[in-house]
Amino acid sequence: MSDAMHAAIAGAQPSQRAEKNPDAPLFEGVYKERFDSILTRYPNKRAALLPVLHMAQEIRGWISPETMTRVAELLELTPAYVRSVASFYTMFALRPVGRYLIQVCVGIGCDLCGAEEVTERFLELTKTRIGETSDDGKYTVVEVECLGACAFPTVVQVNDQVYENVKAEEVESLLKELD
Amino acid sequence: MIKRAKTTQTITLTIDGREVTVPAGTTIWDAAKELGIEIPGLCHDPRLRPVGVCRMCVVDVGERVLAAACVREVADGMTVQTNSEKLERCRRTLTELLLSDYATESLREQKTGDDALLALARDYGIERSAIELPAGDGRPQDLSSPVIDVDHAACILCDRCIRACDEVQHNNVIGRTGKGYGSRVSFDFNVPMGDSTCVACGECAAVCPTGALTDKRLIVPIQPRNELDSVQSVCPYCGVGCAITYHVDRDANAVVFAEGRESPASDSRLCVKGRYGFDYAKHPQRLTVPLIRRDDSYPKGPLSSAVKGERRKKPGGLVDYDEVMPAFREATWEEALDLAANRLKEIKEKDGPSALAGFGSAKCSNEEAYLFQKLVRAVFGTNNVDHCTRLCHASSVAALLETIGSGAVTNVFADVHNADVAVVTGSNTTENHPVAATFIKDAAADGTTLIVIDSRETGIARHAHHFLHIKAGSDVALYNAMMHVLIEEDLVDHDYMRDFTEGFDGLRELVKKYTPEMAQEICGIPADRIREVARVFGRAGSALVFWGMGISQHTTGTDNARCLISLVLLTGNVGRPGTGLHPLRGQNNVQGASDAGLIPMVYPDYQKVASPESQKKFEEAWGVSLDPNPGLTVVEIINGALVGSIKGMYMMGENPFLSDPNGNKVRKALANLEFLCVQDIFLTETAEFADVILPATSFFEKYGTYTNSDRRVQVGQKAIEPPGQARFDWELVCEIATRMGYSMSYKSAEEIFAEFTSLAPSYSGLDYENLKPAGKLWPCPDPATSDGVQLLFGDGFPTESGRGKFVPVDYQPAAELPDDEYPFILNTGRILEHWHTGTMTRRSKALDAIEPEAACQMNPDDLTELGVDPDGYVKLSTRRGTITLRARGTPGVARGNVFVPFHFREASANILTNDVLDPFGKIPEFKFCAVKVEKAGSAA
Ligand code: SF4
Ligand code: SF4
Ligand code: FES
Repeated sequence: MSDAMHAAIAGAQPSQRAEKNPDAPLFEGVYKERFDSILTRYPNKRAALLPVLHMAQEIRGWISPETMTRVAELLELTPAYVRSVASFYTMFALRPVGRYLIQVCVGIGCDLCGAEEVTERFLELTKTRIGETSDDGKYTVVEVECLGACAFPTVVQVNDQVYENVKAEEVESLLKELD
Repeated sequence: MIKRAKTTQTITLTIDGREVTVPAGTTIWDAAKELGIEIPGLCHDPRLRPVGVCRMCVVDVGERVLAAACVREVADGMTVQTNSEKLERCRRTLTELLLSDYATESLREQKTGDDALLALARDYGIERSAIELPAGDGRPQDLSSPVIDVDHAACILCDRCIRACDEVQHNNVIGRTGKGYGSRVSFDFNVPMGDSTCVACGECAAVCPTGALTDKRLIVPIQPRNELDSVQSVCPYCGVGCAITYHVDRDANAVVFAEGRESPASDSRLCVKGRYGFDYAKHPQRLTVPLIRRDDSYPKGPLSSAVKGERRKKPGGLVDYDEVMPAFREATWEEALDLAANRLKEIKEKDGPSALAGFGSAKCSNEEAYLFQKLVRAVFGTNNVDHCTRLCHASSVAALLETIGSGAVTNVFADVHNADVAVVTGSNTTENHPVAATFIKDAAADGTTLIVIDSRETGIARHAHHFLHIKAGSDVALYNAMMHVLIEEDLVDHDYMRDFTEGFDGLRELVKKYTPEMAQEICGIPADRIREVARVFGRAGSALVFWGMGISQHTTGTDNARCLISLVLLTGNVGRPGTGLHPLRGQNNVQGASDAGLIPMVYPDYQKVASPESQKKFEEAWGVSLDPNPGLTVVEIINGALVGSIKGMYMMGENPFLSDPNGNKVRKALANLEFLCVQDIFLTETAEFADVILPATSFFEKYGTYTNSDRRVQVGQKAIEPPGQARFDWELVCEIATRMGYSMSYKSAEEIFAEFTSLAPSYSGLDYENLKPAGKLWPCPDPATSDGVQLLFGDGFPTESGRGKFVPVDYQPAAELPDDEYPFILNTGRILEHWHTGTMTRRSKALDAIEPEAACQMNPDDLTELGVDPDGYVKLSTRRGTITLRARGTPGVARGNVFVPFHFREASANILTNDVLDPFGKIPEFKFCAVKVEKAGSAA
């Protein structure tokens, strides 16, 4: 998978992603406490990598190289290893995403019911390509695997809000609703 | 290297019907190997931690599922089948699966012809065209590294490269990216290899089983290994002395590629210089004919505009042959040798033997060093013979001889593995002794507490548990304070001191005033940190101390080393596993050249010139009477040339114009010599001042022994034929000696080695046969059965009293401190890719491609303050000269400091350095002088 597509970022506390401060200090104050308590749950530091990455993404909105370097230091891993893991899971954003992270389900059900057109429409209206952030920094559109609501295709999740039965022609009003 | 807990328990199992007993914890793979059974595999390499990801090594252990032999540990009574129809089917299918998505052309198959996946396919008779499995979309190539081609399409994700980079070299560059068909290895945060933090050690390409990571071609196309000759030799660069196999194309008379080979000194590891820096030998600028200076090129002086100190006509880093060659004419060997011998003889007769001097080189073999000093002593009739050890560890050796009676390292670097605590001080180990650094990094990752003390935050500092970023030149204050703490808190080894040391009272008195609080003011390390680190050191069951030029190249170099020795004596850290003193030697044969007597005050094996018995011994052996007075050292000889007391010189492989301090002075001194004979493989800056230039053979073209930093004596074997009329250095020494009236002749380097060992007790018993393949440590009382003595001085020292002596010393500041006019501190040294005066490495394609240009390192904040752009230029001036070069923002350099590598003639660091000497070791203060930094527009 290329890195461009790699901003595919399903699930995982998207609400906490938007409007986060990319320069916020990592793991300080309350986050330090949470970090310490995460460590107590695991037999070794390496095992704490996923929850720590989630927390980092929660703080900064995405997982930057600096973040990975810091996480590697704290967990005594190599930065390259941290990136390997972060790049494997699509819910980690390895590049900054827009204020609204639009995740279109392309699981089999939605796909059969027109997910492709829905995606196309989003891209057209936001003037972006998959995984890219619009010039105004507002939107990032990604395709995700099953969001677990197959009875209501096409399912679209924007940050932590789920929209069901989205049709291509409804995309425009959906976007308006966001503002 | 993987440390495994030692166990005494054994396990008996049956493999393919044969019983075998192995230690508990052994894998099936290793147990099978004991029986000579080879199990196929792709992801496993015996030097790496097994991970079991490829499943090619599956075997039948009678369970529901097959077991991966490389990871599965043996169990009592286990019955293993390594071959059956079922296993064959599995392995075959796996091979098909991997091949379905494999690169159409494997770079490894095209180059070294040993692609392991394609070999398996051949074994199983698989036709790629017949595979009906879907393939992915293809993965790209990355050709950005100057030394390694990356073809992601040929990557089978066996993780070998990741483990090699992490576990063997500890460079931690490689990871994976993505998932599914798109997954591949990635460098750092998925940047092209050439832009990553990769240091081009090549370990990943060496372990890769497929065409994914392969060495780039250097001078000749890489060819299948079975079509090439392989020559077992060693590395020509640093004092680690890595063992190397050179693969040689006989028709092209060239080394095609190099590979690490098994040796206790290097464990098959190499760094970028050893693996990719061999092609200089084939550079078109090699000297191939003897040269004599033309009559109209007198009076002598520098020839190229760069050496004259003028603006260079051509950019770049090599001597401009077009400017220099016209001053010389080609000559026959007869003419050139006669001229050299006659002129040297004339000077000897006219001005006496002490008007002559010789510089040998730590790049030459033991045999060459031995003969060269014999020539100077027995034929020139003077002890004015020295070499570049004077510029690196002379002060360390002075301190070691004074305190423990021997300059030898007391333990090998790989034993750091057994140390509770390791101290690395004044050593940029990851760049200057890269493979020794891998052992230190191994240890640090595996239980050894690493303390790094340096004025720069170097690569090894990143692996340290305690890093003390001291102010340049403040070492003595820090070590005295550490000793203060050790004594105050009674962390000293009383029994050891009682039995093996003397002079403790003086030390105790002196360090009393060095409270950590007082030292803090001098060295900049908070008192608490000094206490903490002293305690860590004092409480260690075993501690090993490594040091480099950051200790030795000061006017207080001997004092610095005395302190380190005292620290070790105080805590009884000598002569046991995991303990010792190890000054890391710079050049491949610094240890050997010193052992061979290329030093003005000692004959071979440190037998004193001033001792009448030694004098007699060598007079008898060489059949001449010898000068009883110790000779002059490197800088003293240059000073002698300047004032005219040294008139004639013979230089074998040294390039003092760039390597010696205060270059402008060296230029005048060289021009002032009545006669200079330079023997080298390239036209060096120094050769511009020569009357006669003799073309010599490179490392690859001759036999010889080289002694590494561990005292390991190894044989370097001839790999290729010399170019043109170039001749062995030792032959040329014999020719000159004979022509000067002292008959010298040997049939081979081996014969010279035999003469040397007969006069050097430490080398006694060693010969070319017993030294192969991996060398031996001196002393080696029983070469037939042993590897030599690893630990020295467990029961006292070779001093008169048999005890190690504490020599207490007070802190003294450097000779030239920063002031208003010259407010920065200048530090000089080496960088990973280059070697000394650059004559070899700058003619090596890969090394030059990685670091083509001089750049100094400065703190980014200082650069901002001076208004220098990233990658902009600065002008550096000291009281002795000025250079202009690029500046690189380097956070590891403290504010107020400048580091300049000395390899680059166009911005020669030694134009700036201060030639003031340490009074004992006579080593110049390369690591400290005051410098002014100004923003500059471009290179001068
Ligand atoms: S060449 Fe060495 S440093 Fe570079 S990626 Fe390979 S193993 Fe790591
Ligand atoms: S560490 Fe030294 S001896 Fe080993 S390959 Fe590198 S330069 Fe050569
Ligand atoms: S060799 Fe055992 S799994 Fe790869």
